[in-house]
Amino acid sequence: MTQSDASTSDIDPFSTEYLLDPYPFHEQLREAGPVVWLSKWNCWGTGRHKEMNEVLADPKTFCSGAGVGLANFNNEKPWRQPSMLLEADAPEHTMRRAVVGKVLSTGNLRRLRADFEVAAAALVERLMEKRAVDAVAEVAEPYILKVFPDAVGIGQEGRENLIPYGAMVFNALGPQNELFQESMVGIKEVSDWVMKNFLRENLRPGGLGLEVYEAADAGQVTLDEAPILVRSFLSAGVDTTVNAIGNALWCFANHPEQWQKLRANPALSRSAFEEVLRFEAPFQSYFRTTTKDTSLAGTAIPGNQKFFMSVGAANRDPRRWDQPGTFNIERQTTGHMGFGGGIHGCVGQMIARLEVEVLLTAMASRIARIEVSGPTTPRLNNVLRGFDTLPLTLYPAH
Amino acid sequence: MGSFIFIAHDGTLRSLEVPAGTSAMQAAVANGITGIVAECGGSQMCATCHVYVDAAWLPKLAPMQAPEDAMLDSAASERKANSRLSCQILMSAELDGLVVHLPERQV
Ligand code: HEM
Ligand code: FES
Repeated sequence: MTQSDASTSDIDPFSTEYLLDPYPFHEQLREAGPVVWLSKWNCWGTGRHKEMNEVLADPKTFCSGAGVGLANFNNEKPWRQPSMLLEADAPEHTMRRAVVGKVLSTGNLRRLRADFEVAAAALVERLMEKRAVDAVAEVAEPYILKVFPDAVGIGQEGRENLIPYGAMVFNALGPQNELFQESMVGIKEVSDWVMKNFLRENLRPGGLGLEVYEAADAGQVTLDEAPILVRSFLSAGVDTTVNAIGNALWCFANHPEQWQKLRANPALSRSAFEEVLRFEAPFQSYFRTTTKDTSLAGTAIPGNQKFFMSVGAANRDPRRWDQPGTFNIERQTTGHMGFGGGIHGCVGQMIARLEVEVLLTAMASRIARIEVSGPTTPRLNNVLRGFDTLPLTLYPAH
Repeated sequence: MGSFIFIAHDGTLRSLEVPAGTSAMQAAVANGITGIVAECGGSQMCATCHVYVDAAWLPKLAPMQAPEDAMLDSAASERKANSRLSCQILMSAELDGLVVHLPERQV
């Protein structure tokens, strides 16, 4: 393969150095050109908003069925049965997506709001008693592991398995490096728990998981597809939102004037979350695979090539965003790539929005100020960005 | 190129010229029309890009697909016979001059 007409870069988006502080690399990637050949992994890529949009808008040419990680399923066997949504193409993707999209749609989620509000209020009550808390272990994880499995209809026992399961699924989108190997340690028991909990007989009536099975009864998807579709909730819906909440609190601790804005007008919770997703995207990168020879921004790309997209870079592309490095919760954020876009755009985005909006609203009513109170540690993952520990001091209002 | 015409709930009119293939939602968002929120950026997940298509134009639109139909039931303002998601309306020669009315609220 020759890449004569494209810029070449030796950036490794899965190296520890990159994952610890991706922003300088993002800039290099964006400025190297609209389409870049990444020599470390022999794949193409972009860090620009416009090109990423074009790729996502053309799933016939840039497909997901050969995997949305580095591995090319046309050339190597997938490590697990691929996701029936994330890693499927039309026509199979279409009906499944319609079914899951309906289950996770705004209208169907409305009934969950009251439960989320009760959970958020109880959590904030506990936080205000302690005041010195960890944003991940004491805020994000307990909240998400309460509201999300409750909504899906999963039992109480063993929910903490969802975190290492998700970490492994997302690490697997990168190379089989040390991070991936580490996340495989002890995974058998975790996977067994997950496999058991997406089975019909273990899902609570009235939950979102069972609604997928009911759609299968109605013939909209098959009964073989239903468990794997519910699995996709469990793989994709926990680590992403946990990281999102940690990242949100990090942003607010570092930008106290934005927290004051939110306190003055809690209705900004929803748009504030969008700005967090733009500014510190929890899901940082993923791939497509070309189905035929094509060209993008004037660069010829052959068929059957992996194509890397950096959400984090596109979300701070100065060609698209005014003052991209400024965290501003009143910004017009439509078009950020935090939830992807096109036909595979995050199907869980409305439940994620509801979860975080409700939590931020509850926190803003009780907390005057948030401060980082000690050293933080990152939760390194090949494609996710977030904290492992983030110690905070919360100052009560009045 | 072609124009979308937006009539806000308060009657304010804006005409936006955009290339073929651009959605009415994208046109609105790129030009600061606040009556379109478009939280999901066009994934048919939010119904915050709801519009009422002017009756005269309705027959010219591509028919609605199932996901759009389902999503419109979640719209914050009343769903009417001419309700559509503006993220699914793409500019074409046929639609040059399309008039849409914005609902009272999107969230
Ligand atoms: C803040 C939290 C979240 C973020 C940042 C996020 C991000 C994303 C992104 C970027 C994609 C697109 C991937 C691609 O195009 O290849 C995606 C797809 C997906 N997400 Fe999320 N997600 C979040 C929460 C959730 C939740 C709560 C669920 C489950 C209820 C979920 C389930 C899915 C599924 C099933 C897909 C595949 C959709 C398809 O291919 O049609 N996500 N997500
Ligand atoms: S932009 Fe969300 S449904 Fe149209």
